[in-house]
Amino acid sequence: LQVMDSAPVENSLMSSESDIQRTQYPYVTGTSVVGIKYKDGILLAADMGGSYGSTIRYKSVERLKPVGKHSLLGASGEISDFQEIMKYLDELILYDNMWDDGNSFGPKEVHNYLTRVMYNRRNKFNPLWNSLVLGGVKNGQKYLGSVSMIGVHYEDNHVATGFGNHLARPILRDEWHENLSYEEGVKLLEKCMRVLLYRDRSAVNKLQIAKITEEGVTISQPYSLKTFWNFSAFQNPTVGAEGSW
Amino acid sequence: MYRLSLDVEQPHSMGTTIIGVTYNGGVVLGADSRTSTGMYVANRASDKITQLTDNVYVCRSGSAADSQVVSDYVRYFLHQHTIQLGQPATVKVAASLVRQLAYNNKAMLQTGMIVGGWDKYEGGKIYGVPLGGTLLEQPFAIGGSGSSYLYGFFDQAWREGMSQEEAEKLVVTAVSLAIARDGASGGVVRTVTINKDGVNRKFYPGDTLPLWHEEMDAVNSLLDIVPAASPEPMIS
Repeated sequence: LQVMDSAPVENSLMSSESDIQRTQYPYVTGTSVVGIKYKDGILLAADMGGSYGSTIRYKSVERLKPVGKHSLLGASGEISDFQEIMKYLDELILYDNMWDDGNSFGPKEVHNYLTRVMYNRRNKFNPLWNSLVLGGVKNGQKYLGSVSMIGVHYEDNHVATGFGNHLARPILRDEWHENLSYEEGVKLLEKCMRVLLYRDRSAVNKLQIAKITEEGVTISQPYSLKTFWNFSAFQNPTVGAEGSW
Repeated sequence: MYRLSLDVEQPHSMGTTIIGVTYNGGVVLGADSRTSTGMYVANRASDKITQLTDNVYVCRSGSAADSQVVSDYVRYFLHQHTIQLGQPATVKVAASLVRQLAYNNKAMLQTGMIVGGWDKYEGGKIYGVPLGGTLLEQPFAIGGSGSSYLYGFFDQAWREGMSQEEAEKLVVTAVSLAIARDGASGGVVRTVTINKDGVNRKFYPGDTLPLWHEEMDAVNSLLDIVPAASPEPMIS
């Protein structure tokens, strides 16, 4: 069983002693993830973009993945670190299943595990460069939480990462309420994702929405949102003030 | 007054343009052939498409040393894996090994790679492994400094289910376009086509490539194009 520790710095031919202190930098990154609780469970949304600095290099990256039977993980930040987290989580769930004792990791446990991992890596100056959203349902109990790359974690009725915190959360604070139907939830998330598409440079117009209920996980096929540009104010915005923008 | 700086102590880097494309039946891998040390072209005819197994190749970009060492290790591991498995390794396994090295040594390595090949389970497959060690299966992949100039080209020219001829032509055109604009790419275009029938290497020297904007047909000498012994002065 491998631990989710970083590649250890030992006295080996492949690493130099001076590597001890290291904070990396991200290369291929995903942008916001938004999550809400609704009547039957949790809804998560994320676009499928993988940015490489300012270039939108990949447009079919899956950033929402199931974890066991009861949880969904959405990630922003460095994609390679997210892929590594998924490898380790899948192995963790597998070993948990092999106990075959009727117990299984619920979303609260997975969230706590991820929090410990992220915080411990941060303490060693070698973080997993992600902000994660973890949602799930177990025994009728809905759970939605987030963890950042430094181990800051929250549990709430709606969470988001990155730009989503600034653009989506205010919308959710106004319009989220207990017992949203599936349709209302999806419409609300799409409202958030559309605003992110308008205002986040690293957003791409290809997204997935994932749902988790007591029954299980569904991740939608990729799709694109209509955008609206046909406002009279957009037609000739600099008339009367030539040279302005 | 500035001095010409050759700076031969700079590490060898393959600025590079690398491409991998799937087509109906297999994959086509392509690359330029320039390796530079600073501003000097250390090798103008490099081979950046490296064999990992009989049926899987990798396109290398970035640091020449890093990409060579990674592909050497992966070739070594795949060799053992093939012996244990008793049959050819799959493209996915090869790509997965490349990713593992790239990810675990992300602080030290500076190489982006494209793994491509054919196996009997999945047919032709292309996997991108950019800086950081992300693994992404794609219908086509581009990499290296020259790839910046190709995003728009591929957005417009790529189609699913091309024939082998169409795919090879697309790759050669693309590398050639990148060479035209990227100083770190140049030389010849090499392609490797892999399908169920095996591997086929092709070589396109500069004079066989199409000419782009502001490029002219090459001649041996001015004397070949200006009428001989003419009293007419040249254009001033």
